Amino acid sequence: MAIEQSHYSKNIVFKDTDSERKLFSGRLLFSAILVLILSLILLSRYYILQILQHDHFTTQSDANRIHAMAIPPARGVIQDLKGVILAQSKPSFTLEVIKERVQDMDYTLRELQQLLQLDSNEVDRFRERLKRKQRPYEGVLLRGNLDDEQIARIAVNRYRLPGVEVTAELVRDYPFHELFGHSIGYVGRISEKELKKIEADGDTDDYYGVFSIGKVGIEKYYEKDLLGIPGAQNVETDVRGRILRTLDRKDPTRGKTLTLYLDVQMQQAAVAALAGRRGAVVAIELETGGVVTAVSNPSFDPNLFVAGISSKDYGALRDSLDLPLLNRMIAGEYPPGSTIKPLLALAGLENGVITPDYQIYDPGFFQLPGQTHQFRDWKKGGHGGGINVHLAIAQSCDIFFYQLANRMGIDRMHDFMQPFGFGEPTGVDLSGERKGVLPSREWKRTRFKQPWYPGDTINAGIGQGYHLVTPMQLALATATLAKRGIRIRPHLVKAIDGVDVPPLFAPPILLRDPKNWDVVIEGMHEVAQGERGTARKVFHDAPYTVAGKTGTAQIVGIAQNEKYDLGKLAERQRDHGLFVAFAPVENPKIAIAVIIENGNSGSGAAAPVARKVLDAWLLGQNAAAAEAAAPAIDPAESGAGE
Amino acid sequence: MVSTEFIRQLPSTGAIHRTIWQKLHVDPILLLLLLVISGYGLFVLYSAADDHLIAMEKQGGFFVLGFAVMFTVAQISQSNWRLIAPVLYILGLILIVAVALFGEISMGAQRWLSIPGLPRFQPSEMLKIGLPLMLATYFHNRSVPPRFKHVFCSLAMIVLPVALIIEQPDLGTGMLVLVSGVIVLFMAGLGWGYIATAGAIAAALGPVMWLFVMHDYQRQRVLMLFDPESDKLGAGWNIIQSQTAIGSGGWLGKGWQHGTQSQLDFLPESHTDFIIAVLSEELGYRGVLVLLGIYLLIVARGLWISWHAQETFGRLLGSAISITFFLYVFVNMGMVAGLLPVVGVPLPLVSQGGTAVIILMIGFGMLMAISTEKKRPTY
Repeated sequence: MAIEQSHYSKNIVFKDTDSERKLFSGRLLFSAILVLILSLILLSRYYILQILQHDHFTTQSDANRIHAMAIPPARGVIQDLKGVILAQSKPSFTLEVIKERVQDMDYTLRELQQLLQLDSNEVDRFRERLKRKQRPYEGVLLRGNLDDEQIARIAVNRYRLPGVEVTAELVRDYPFHELFGHSIGYVGRISEKELKKIEADGDTDDYYGVFSIGKVGIEKYYEKDLLGIPGAQNVETDVRGRILRTLDRKDPTRGKTLTLYLDVQMQQAAVAALAGRRGAVVAIELETGGVVTAVSNPSFDPNLFVAGISSKDYGALRDSLDLPLLNRMIAGEYPPGSTIKPLLALAGLENGVITPDYQIYDPGFFQLPGQTHQFRDWKKGGHGGGINVHLAIAQSCDIFFYQLANRMGIDRMHDFMQPFGFGEPTGVDLSGERKGVLPSREWKRTRFKQPWYPGDTINAGIGQGYHLVTPMQLALATATLAKRGIRIRPHLVKAIDGVDVPPLFAPPILLRDPKNWDVVIEGMHEVAQGERGTARKVFHDAPYTVAGKTGTAQIVGIAQNEKYDLGKLAERQRDHGLFVAFAPVENPKIAIAVIIENGNSGSGAAAPVARKVLDAWLLGQNAAAAEAAAPAIDPAESGAGE
Repeated sequence: MVSTEFIRQLPSTGAIHRTIWQKLHVDPILLLLLLVISGYGLFVLYSAADDHLIAMEKQGGFFVLGFAVMFTVAQISQSNWRLIAPVLYILGLILIVAVALFGEISMGAQRWLSIPGLPRFQPSEMLKIGLPLMLATYFHNRSVPPRFKHVFCSLAMIVLPVALIIEQPDLGTGMLVLVSGVIVLFMAGLGWGYIATAGAIAAALGPVMWLFVMHDYQRQRVLMLFDPESDKLGAGWNIIQSQTAIGSGGWLGKGWQHGTQSQLDFLPESHTDFIIAVLSEELGYRGVLVLLGIYLLIVARGLWISWHAQETFGRLLGSAISITFFLYVFVNMGMVAGLLPVVGVPLPLVSQGGTAVIILMIGFGMLMAISTEKKRPTY
């Protein structure tokens, strides 16, 4: 037994080395066992993770690195008749900041603010977005819609702005701005409501990676064609979302190209002819039903809506007295005034109420039997005697039509007018169409809970009172008249991906006596180019034949204009000027309806606009195309022959 | 002490044959195991670090330095270590106080101390070796099992640096230093009564620590252990990603340098504290078994050396070094796998970092010194 002495401690310690060794050995054994137990715990834990839960974590690890990425399809191009692009998807550049890689956010923002002239509002909104929780290394949007110069500025300064990135996305672009605002419409960010509808329709896959949707106009009506089919790819990304490689890829299918009947020159001609006045111009090609001019003035720039319109811009549009957001072509409801007289005459002839030779004497007023109220003619003192249907149309004799209406009655009027498309949507390929009003006893009962009075019929006889039409309806009715009862649905889209959209016909209107068409059409020809026509001044020198009808609608205001400013009431209470026409008379190719709000008169305001549009179409560059499509009489020659 | 010195100077007599290893003060088995683990560590680090070769060369440099330190330390006799012990201990305390006073000024880091001309280091690391050394020295000449006043004194020696470190705040290192001291006490034969009492006090102090001592981020780390999904992109990110890395590795692993979690940077701290996740992901459960196997062999060798030590000092210090080494392994592997809260403990000899290597190598140097101490002749 060895005993050790410690010479350096004050008390001499006698150490019992044997018992100490025993004690230590015990403790050592205990520790060794503890080490083994802890090791087993570790091994079990790693066993659970690596062997038992391996599949789960493999999935999770793949979910980390493999991202299914949508490849949004390029939305279909919309082009005019000649192939000029009216709507397209253009790459737009967006500035994003990846906060994890920014060393000094304040510095970065200061620099960017200076480089891009950001206002403090934008920076504040960015800071708010910055606070939201998100995946590490995900970009936070700072500014959309960068122009080339801004991109260049960022590129040059990028080395000192880590974490600042420019990314590209496709954004809808309307190069003609206001010109096609109401026909083409616009796309915008998919709203909550639209998203629900997409989900309800089971179209979620179709919108994979797509953030905008057609909101109005052709963009909405042809949404399914324009959309395209999204592609997808699986990419491997690092934690920063940087794509390292593509694992597999399914290409997107671009949306279909829509070719319209509209064309830039025609459209510009119509807008120029309107010269800033409120109104609408609709022209329909008779052979196809194609809408060749579609103007609603004033218009708006659809580009404003694409990325989400600012509330300031939207407020300005919404609150404008001129209602630029109202698509007057299809949603503006106006009293047709005298423009429906030819159809009423036709109704009279067909119903045997009048004959082509039937004449009246016009003293300047009309009275219902037993009533004192005088329905006046627009012409003081009246048109005198010998007024037959031909003259009544040509000079727009109100008294003739008062009598006609009185004798025919509202029921027969309604029944005859209905097939011409009044009181129901025309089915044109635009969204938001209104149906107008074709008055009847039943309609008045439902609408006002009132019986139909004889006086109502008299007013209806000159297109006043309850009767409301849209310019599209008016153009369609004129087209139907021009085609002698052949009914075709108006449409703006000529071809989808180069495949022509076949014209859609409704059962034709068959007259008891087809000669009645000629009686009325001759009356309309007289209007435009006869000795005594109301629009003679406008069309007498036209190098083609025209059949037309002027109209002046007395109004208090159109249906949507209740908020009209009192101060302007006088000006805005002026009559609407209307004009409908088709040309050439012998072989009609185009029908047109023009409405100038508060234009005062149809012949003075609306007819000259129609003339310019008809000139552009019949004599302009379209003439050749129209000729090639349907070789017929040379309009210039036939006009000279009149 | 004199007697020991005297004996050492005697020409080798009797049955004790000194091998070349003993003359060099090197334990060949421990050396071999350390070389293996270092090589394995460098292999994993190459894949885990972004700048593969550079990181590996740098770490290789630390290893060279570390082994040199180990050999040097091994040459110092235990009696001399007992002389050095108080100096080291007090120096460590002074440096920790210095950190508290000046640490914040430099680089805003509270745990680091920058002394001009020296590499940045954490003085608290020094105490991981300094405290067991001090305690082993303290108990060397005292009776075991320790009497009450010795227990009290040793506890004071433990609590002083631990409190300072926790105050930095570095709860993780504080706990590890605490444990390294407590192990010495335990190995010295601390009565089970004391241990039971300490356990009870710790249990009672737990809630107090939670409420008043622990910082928010520390509490959050503990909470994350139970529900990392509650803050997926924030505090829970590390733990979710590291478990995903480990789990997706499976038995075979995804292959060296082919771990998607680590190579695509989903794994934070992949070359430092979380390097075991890289190893697990790329080399699989196999790799983990091999790693833990080597670690256990090292621990076993260390305990073996301690068991064969002739003196109390050697036994206490050797066993404390070995067990603390294992605890580093356990805490690191446990925290990365979601068993323990995340504390800043690197995986010994595998994680990138110089200080840890040097400190560990000092410990192994001491083990080698204990191992090769000339056996006293029996007389």
